[in-house]
Amino acid sequence: MEFVQQLINGISLGSIYALIALGYTMVYGIIKLINFAHGDVFMVGAFVGFYAITGLGMSFFPVLLLAMAVCSVFGVLIERIAYKPLRNATRIAALITAIGVSLFIEYGTIYVRGAQPEAYPGDVLPSTSFHIFGATISSQSLFILGTSVVLMVLLQFIVHKTKIGKAMRAVSYDAEAARLMGINVDNTISATFAIGSALAGAAGVIFGLYYIKIEPLMGIIPGLKAFVAAVLGGIGIIPGAMVGGLLLGVIESLVSAVGYSLWRDGVAFVVLILILIFRPSGLFGKNVREKV
Amino acid sequence: MANINRKKGFWLSIVLALAVYVVGQVLISGEILNSFYINTLFFMAINIILAVSLHLIIGITGQFSIGHAGFLAVGAYASAIFTMKLQMPFGVALLVGGLAAAVAGLIIGIPSLRLKGDYLAIATLGFGEIVRIFLLNVDYVGGASGMQVSHLTDWTWVFACLLVTIIVIVNFTNSTHGRACISIRENEIAADAMGINTTYYKVAAFAIGSFFAGIAGGLYAHNFYIIQPTNFGFLKSFDILIFVVLGGLGSMSGAVIAAVLLTIVSAFLQDYPETRMIIYSLVLVIMMIYRPKGLMGTKEITQFFTKKRQGIEGGESDGKHTAA
Repeated sequence: MEFVQQLINGISLGSIYALIALGYTMVYGIIKLINFAHGDVFMVGAFVGFYAITGLGMSFFPVLLLAMAVCSVFGVLIERIAYKPLRNATRIAALITAIGVSLFIEYGTIYVRGAQPEAYPGDVLPSTSFHIFGATISSQSLFILGTSVVLMVLLQFIVHKTKIGKAMRAVSYDAEAARLMGINVDNTISATFAIGSALAGAAGVIFGLYYIKIEPLMGIIPGLKAFVAAVLGGIGIIPGAMVGGLLLGVIESLVSAVGYSLWRDGVAFVVLILILIFRPSGLFGKNVREKV
Repeated sequence: MANINRKKGFWLSIVLALAVYVVGQVLISGEILNSFYINTLFFMAINIILAVSLHLIIGITGQFSIGHAGFLAVGAYASAIFTMKLQMPFGVALLVGGLAAAVAGLIIGIPSLRLKGDYLAIATLGFGEIVRIFLLNVDYVGGASGMQVSHLTDWTWVFACLLVTIIVIVNFTNSTHGRACISIRENEIAADAMGINTTYYKVAAFAIGSFFAGIAGGLYAHNFYIIQPTNFGFLKSFDILIFVVLGGLGSMSGAVIAAVLLTIVSAFLQDYPETRMIIYSLVLVIMMIYRPKGLMGTKEITQFFTKKRQGIEGGESDGKHTAA
């Protein structure tokens, strides 16, 4: 069953997109900034994971936690150094800064370690495969899916049940009012970056395990596609990012399945343009009336 | 009085332009410049065309487009098809390249210019990627291995295109249409309320900007011996964007100066591409934090010469505010 197989591949890929998209959507929800550097945080996560596995010989879960921790610190640093001085600047200035930060991370990485790709060792996760409905499911993709689901549930818990999550929702609803209520807006924004970047770091490790090859510019295309996923679900809406990511992954796999695998990178952008034309607020978004 | 002054200024610029052309031609045909410098000179002119065309979209109309390399690619491939496959003369091919890019600009502009700010940026970025992937997968234009193009670009063509681009965009900016575009940049809702057809002007500016990007694409394609889809990726769009941002959003002379400076810098950092990108990105971030309006702000270089007179006459308000 080619179709079921592709569906499963699509869900694995989609869960990676979803993890990255969550960071985009959270940051966009809170400071209305497309954090272009997010895809590069994902890349950094992949490299941290790689060096932890090959250099320190760690197993999957410690590696995942380490990558998440490093990435969250990294994300907060980016926010504090580059974005915080621009809190009151124009949107375009912030967007240009984000592009600049993104390129700086990419080429800084190339400068430090060279542009050559690395290959993730294949023995980190047990590799057995199951056969269901004629499709082959590797235990790796189950691990990936399981990890993503756990992380997303954890995120929902943080956003809806903890104090910091409440602060995040308050700031994204109205930063000024939140400040008046005694919420430390700067810390909340930093926390958002930390959580989003941690998810991207996890996605980086998972990506490395699933696709083996990692390189310093690997963050660009998944980053852009994750952004598409975030827009697809409705930017700023957390469940939207999850659904958007999974949907995009499935769409891409189905396009490959139909035989247009060379075009799959383009499909995401076609989806983007279509969604922007027909439903700019995304699948889960509400139409907001323009106020003058 | 002002009219005569303006006319004088026009003729002065024409004479200056001719002088630059003659000097360039003498330097090239007299073999005073070696091929590296000639190439840099051509590249500089192409970059100026690109910078000025993007300046019309971002600096004047305030629409944040980061897919300009897509239009460059459309122009490059369209003109290359006309010269290489259909054996048309270079001038026709350039024009076709421009028109093809303008049509692409219309197709992408009409739906996506309803979007604002970030969404438009992402839509144009997506468009640039779609163009690249499309070219990568079409065998007629060589796919990933690229397309052979003969070297037809010479100083006369480059200079003529550059001059036409600058004249058209300056005149557009100073016309009723240009003022409408500036009003959209300053405040789109207010412009709409004043009865300006904002969609029309945004699409028009987008199409004109794309047209000149297409012309630049034609020159670019025929300056190298081969064009490949990888030449027109996101980084190329970023290169063009940095000209406009560094020069100052809303200043054409700023864009030109930035294009000249950065072409020289990148020519000398050619062997160290990482260093070049690191410098570019740092410049961009530091610039946005400490001087977000760029080198020139919204001022033009001519304003530095005419400022004094304006002061005496009671200060003709230059009517420029922050871009975007």
